[in-house]
Amino acid sequence: MTKAELIELLVERIERLTKKEAELIVNTVLKSISDSLAEGDKVELRGFGSFKVKERRSREGRNPKTGTRVQVDEKKVPYFKAGKELRERVNN
Amino acid sequence: MTKADIVEIVHGRTGFSKKESSEAVEMILEILKEELERGEKVKLSGFGNFVIRSKDVRKGRNPKTGQEMEITARKVMTFKPSQKLKDYINGG
Repeated sequence: MTKAELIELLVERIERLTKKEAELIVNTVLKSISDSLAEGDKVELRGFGSFKVKERRSREGRNPKTGTRVQVDEKKVPYFKAGKELRERVNN
Repeated sequence: MTKADIVEIVHGRTGFSKKESSEAVEMILEILKEELERGEKVKLSGFGNFVIRSKDVRKGRNPKTGQEMEITARKVMTFKPSQKLKDYINGG
């Protein structure tokens, strides 16, 4: 399923929504999650799961092609942990 | 951030009532859960992909007792953040 298909399904399920409105809602939800993570705040969606940001420290890596050493900067990585309901439903 | 905060943001950005915003947010999550429950991949461009992976039966050990046991086949969900989300979280 793509984002476009999610928007279409949302319009089918909540009939008073126009496609434009459904699109705005979906984009607002995704943007609010992204914003929260960018601010370093976790997002907990009960029944679905939680998004968090993990900090990766800088490390010395190697260019796999040439073998030269390179400094890999510290970075933040978003990750998701499925909630109990979602885990159980996925696993039937 | 919780679901209630996202509902508040949707309410503020769209002008839908809190009740309508809440209904839409819950419906989005329900659609995602149904899709994943069916084993379908969800691709949200600019945000990330949710993918279901099947894991075979394998042997494991109870870490406390050291006793060997069978870990049943199961499905697990992984989230792969988009490059855009990763850049955004790192201030890009």
